[in-house]
Amino acid sequence: MGVIQRIKKPTTRKGKKVLLSKEPKAIEGPKQCIFLQARNPSEQARNVLKDMYNLKKPDAAYLSRKNDFVPFEDASVIEKLCYKKEAALFGVSSHSKKRPHNIILGRTFNYNILDMIELGADKFKAMSEFHNMKVLAGTKPCLLFNGPAWDLNQDLKRLKSLFTDFFYREKVETIRLQGLEHVLSFTSTQDGTIYVRSYRILLKKSGQRTPRIELEEIGPSIDFKLRRTKLASDDLYKEACKVPRELKPLPKKNISTDAFGTKMGRVHMGRQDINRLQTRKMKGLKKSAEEKKQMLLKKKMAKKEAKKAQPVN
Amino acid sequence: MDIVNEILEKEQKKAEKYKPITVEKHLDVEYDLGTLLVYDTNDLDSKLLDSNSNRDEYLQSLSRDNTQLLLNKIWELPTERIDEAIVVRLPQPTTVLPRSKPVPKPKPLTKWQEFAKAKGITKQKKDKLKWDEQLQKWVPLYGFRKAAAEKEKDWLIEVPQHMDPMMDMYEKKAGEKSEKVAKNELQRLKNIARSRKVKIPRVGLPITSDKASATQLSTAAVVAKASTASLGKFQDKLPKEQEARGKGVHELIPGKERKRRAPVPTPQVEKQNNLNLIDKILSKRPKIDMEKAVSQHIHKEQTQRSEEKKSMKPAKGKRKVKGNNATNFSAKKPKAGKGQRNMNKKTPGRKRR
Repeated sequence: MGVIQRIKKPTTRKGKKVLLSKEPKAIEGPKQCIFLQARNPSEQARNVLKDMYNLKKPDAAYLSRKNDFVPFEDASVIEKLCYKKEAALFGVSSHSKKRPHNIILGRTFNYNILDMIELGADKFKAMSEFHNMKVLAGTKPCLLFNGPAWDLNQDLKRLKSLFTDFFYREKVETIRLQGLEHVLSFTSTQDGTIYVRSYRILLKKSGQRTPRIELEEIGPSIDFKLRRTKLASDDLYKEACKVPRELKPLPKKNISTDAFGTKMGRVHMGRQDINRLQTRKMKGLKKSAEEKKQMLLKKKMAKKEAKKAQPVN
Repeated sequence: MDIVNEILEKEQKKAEKYKPITVEKHLDVEYDLGTLLVYDTNDLDSKLLDSNSNRDEYLQSLSRDNTQLLLNKIWELPTERIDEAIVVRLPQPTTVLPRSKPVPKPKPLTKWQEFAKAKGITKQKKDKLKWDEQLQKWVPLYGFRKAAAEKEKDWLIEVPQHMDPMMDMYEKKAGEKSEKVAKNELQRLKNIARSRKVKIPRVGLPITSDKASATQLSTAAVVAKASTASLGKFQDKLPKEQEARGKGVHELIPGKERKRRAPVPTPQVEKQNNLNLIDKILSKRPKIDMEKAVSQHIHKEQTQRSEEKKSMKPAKGKRKVKGNNATNFSAKKPKAGKGQRNMNKKTPGRKRR
């Protein structure tokens, strides 16, 4: 609902500005993310989210207060907080005997839950346990998805898209070659285990233009186990993936390629005036002096006639 | 040949010094350079993955290989130099990620905007400030200091002659203003309702189908049925349909009203009627339509005159100039004695020149 379509008008100018900034845009910036705690999160689960927060930092908020809710039963708390913080992504940590070290990752569409995937953080080694240099905050990481299992079922497919959404940050036109220094690797096996590793890229000499890559693990290193999922229906997902018309590339008209791959273009030409067309010049077709004289006379006569024909008054 | 061999050897030695940048895979990996993403569909080594000691090493080597592949591709992209940094231009990302909010819809036009668009009315820009002759200063069109200027200007309002002298003109003005505001608000709400397709009751206009009573609707149905009937064939009746009854319904139905038959005449009257009829037939004479006759006569005369004119030769000496009529004035001086001036009259007429 846009500002113009609101029944109650915003009372202040600032309020109007805030509402306008919340309106949907064709090109969206980086997705904001909130990390929050549900019922009794364990130390480990909390640290997992904290490390994810560190990786996502400029576009994330860590909410340290505990919330008494179960996301899979009632997600209204998440929706409310996402609305408040203008966030589209969320991570929730919780812990119970049945589901130890529970991490729920998800995203919203139009402030409603789109996807929600529950993961159990079985093994976790925090960033601080790796004693080495970390990457700069806000760098765009390279994402690696290993293993054929990612395309195996809908849950993992969505999880892959969700991980991409989490760490994709923003669409960029150009990227600095030296700025490529972070790799996130997601490896999934058939039994639903997902190994998340994070490395720093070291560019070494290779004797060529392209460098030799070496990796150094900087953490966090998490072994996730896939648990429950709540995925959006295909219709809703399709609706959410809609690309605005202004971003779609315009089809180029009048260009075609033939069977041999030659590019053909159709060009519009105006109507040609054949009477004034300059054909080949030849000496034989040149007008003689006599002819020229006659033509001049003719012209003169025509002029005189035209003058006569004009009404007298 | 020696030189070639030498160079080749040198190159080989150089290559040996560095580790290779090529990676071999059974299946080609999928790239999405726009998102810096690699998807490796090759099977994993389950033995190494299951063992706790070797897992991290295996994952690191796997990641290294894939990173190498990705960066090899990125290094092939066209590079640019922006502020001392070498950057590559990334292609469009192929992975489609869901948006956080729906695609923005175009703003619905208000009723006025729609009308203006249809009529081609464009908004004309007005100056924010206007010179006020009375106050001798610049007064804003609206907003800050407009109300103050208005107050200053209206320190006194004249009560018009035809109005109640006890009328408070300030109160009247304030009332008009608040009415305008209310009207504008109502129009805004109406526009919102229109764009959201909400039905709102209409005010002060005839009943529409959504507001009609049951009897009105059934009457309308019966009338419609009679109107659409073709050659005595009516539409089928619905299961529980009832004929509309009541005062005035009968008159609404087309074709229902028949002419009342005249009563059977007495023999005398019948005889008289028949005699009248015979009289009428026998005494028939051609009727003369006077109007038609007159117009025919006039037409005949006119055609005759025009033909005469055509056959007559134009007068000698008078040069007929095309297009010389009363409205076409020429620069020539008028000749004397041609105008119609009557000096005896009070107004002798225009001296023509």
